Amino acid sequence: MTTPNNLVYDRPEGFTDTPTHYCPGCTHGVAHRLVAEVLEEMGVIDKTIGVAPVGCSVFAYNYFDTDFVEAPHGRAPAMATGIKRVLPDRIVFTYQGDGDLASIGMGEIVHAAARGENLTVIFINNANYGMTGGQMAPTTLPGMKTTSSPNGRDVETQGFPIRMAEMLATLDGVGYVVRRSLHDPKNIRLAKKAIRMAFETQAHGLGFSMVELLSTCPTNWGMTPVDSLKFVEQHMVPAFPLGDYKVAAGVAQIKI
Amino acid sequence: MTRELWKGNEAIAEASVRAGLEAYFGYPITPQTEILEYLSRRMPELGRTFVQAESELGAINMVYGAACAGVRLMSTSSSPGVSLMMECLSYIAGTEIPTVLVNVMRGGPGLGNIAPSQGDYNQAVHGGGHGDYQPIVLAPASVQEAIDLTVLSFDLAEKYRAICMVILDGCVGQMMEPAQMPEMKPIRRANWDWATDGKMGKRERRVLTSIYLDPIEEEKTNLRLLSRARAVQKNEVRYKEYFLDDAEFVIVGFGTAGRVALSAVRTARQNGIKVGLLRPITVSPFPHQVIDQLAGRVNGFLVTEMNAGQMLEDVRLAVKGRVPVEFYGRMGGVVPFTEEILQEIKRISSSKLSVDVNPRDAWLERMSPLPVGEG
Repeated sequence: MTTPNNLVYDRPEGFTDTPTHYCPGCTHGVAHRLVAEVLEEMGVIDKTIGVAPVGCSVFAYNYFDTDFVEAPHGRAPAMATGIKRVLPDRIVFTYQGDGDLASIGMGEIVHAAARGENLTVIFINNANYGMTGGQMAPTTLPGMKTTSSPNGRDVETQGFPIRMAEMLATLDGVGYVVRRSLHDPKNIRLAKKAIRMAFETQAHGLGFSMVELLSTCPTNWGMTPVDSLKFVEQHMVPAFPLGDYKVAAGVAQIKI
Repeated sequence: MTRELWKGNEAIAEASVRAGLEAYFGYPITPQTEILEYLSRRMPELGRTFVQAESELGAINMVYGAACAGVRLMSTSSSPGVSLMMECLSYIAGTEIPTVLVNVMRGGPGLGNIAPSQGDYNQAVHGGGHGDYQPIVLAPASVQEAIDLTVLSFDLAEKYRAICMVILDGCVGQMMEPAQMPEMKPIRRANWDWATDGKMGKRERRVLTSIYLDPIEEEKTNLRLLSRARAVQKNEVRYKEYFLDDAEFVIVGFGTAGRVALSAVRTARQNGIKVGLLRPITVSPFPHQVIDQLAGRVNGFLVTEMNAGQMLEDVRLAVKGRVPVEFYGRMGGVVPFTEEILQEIKRISSSKLSVDVNPRDAWLERMSPLPVGEG
């Protein structure tokens, strides 16, 4: 029988009691949980406002026990800017996929970062448009088959993947930008630390923060969940190297 | 309070500040840029939020976010910029949150030009963004009215949880006139029961969204929006009438076109022509009822606009074919001269008009060649 004494795993306070709509094996659930745990550990659930994107995580607002708004496709960083500017003492975060952030929302994310908006962005990179059924995204790997690159992404006609963390790290308004992966327990723990640092960056008023998370999409990739995790490790990590792309001096001094 | 000389755009900016504007998000575009420039000085001076966004998309989505937080805010733009904002306006409408947007209209379509136009009437009044929604749309014809309607727009937007647009042609935005500013109102947070400003230990979480996957729920939202629009139609119609008591003919025009028409009507009256003017101030809600009543007792209407006859259709809908409706418009950023409208008044009051003539077709025939030598 489960008692408080032998309980080792429970729903974090940052979550509502809602069954997931995500596909089996998808790492969105892991990413959601890490964010909820961090908000709980920082004691900021009450003053957090989330901004959901368009994509699979359009329903992110169902799961977090915080205020939430739902942005037009790609515009979450602009919406978050509006909220944070009028409520500077709140914690504001966006949760966006690769189509949302790196394609249609490229203008909004770059300028939010350039302005050094005190926001935290959780960026899920699973190399395709999940919700619409697995089309090519800006992060789709060269040669990778999707429903809109049926012969594999041909870089001659369909361009090259975009590395967002590296790109945003060049901007002076950025306090903290890193890339992590969700493909195994060790990397999940590192991802959680990074998410904590990103929210701490915001809490300390040190500018824009983003954690890019390499994620799976078993359904649209046509793989089992286990094979999907292997795909991330073997193919996505080499294309999107993990690492800290910008940790501003002030952020490096934060002690957790 | 004294009257001061104000430029239309700057007057709108200062009026919004005095109405308690807490946050402004904008992007430069002629002929509205003075609003952005003025507020870039004024808002920080008062410790309020000003952001020059990366685009009109950015600006209106910042508005969307801040509106969800429940503060008084505004964005301003001009025709092409407002087109960009239409995506988010639809979301704002679907989310049922108050938002004020000023459109200082210029010639179009496309990049068009920067001269005064009323070509965005349909976009503002009959939608523009996707889905079923009706913004409240106010149309000032002078700097004073631009001030007064800017102040009113915040109250209407909040009262009906709706989008309130102020549409003015570049003339009103750019010209200077003596006008009186309202008293400075302090910032006030209304503590709305819908705002997503953080639980802060006081309440359950709130979600603001425009997504309703269940069609029945979406239809309920559509019906809620519609019932608010009907309440707006019932309570908020505003217009100005001139010389209508004994009028045999009625000119209908809004904004600058209405103002030029007033000069023509005054001259016509001196010439003994019994003509009056109806100038809608709210073009949405449209003053259907007063036009309906007038149609029962006058000999005909002349609609004058700085477009190809967009409000014309709303007038025809109210007149219901009972008396002839004629049209005179200039487009592309051309402002009609008083003499042009006076000629039209003389024409309709001295010729036999028919309800069977398509007013736009007849106008186009008369317009060829163009009356002021451009042709």
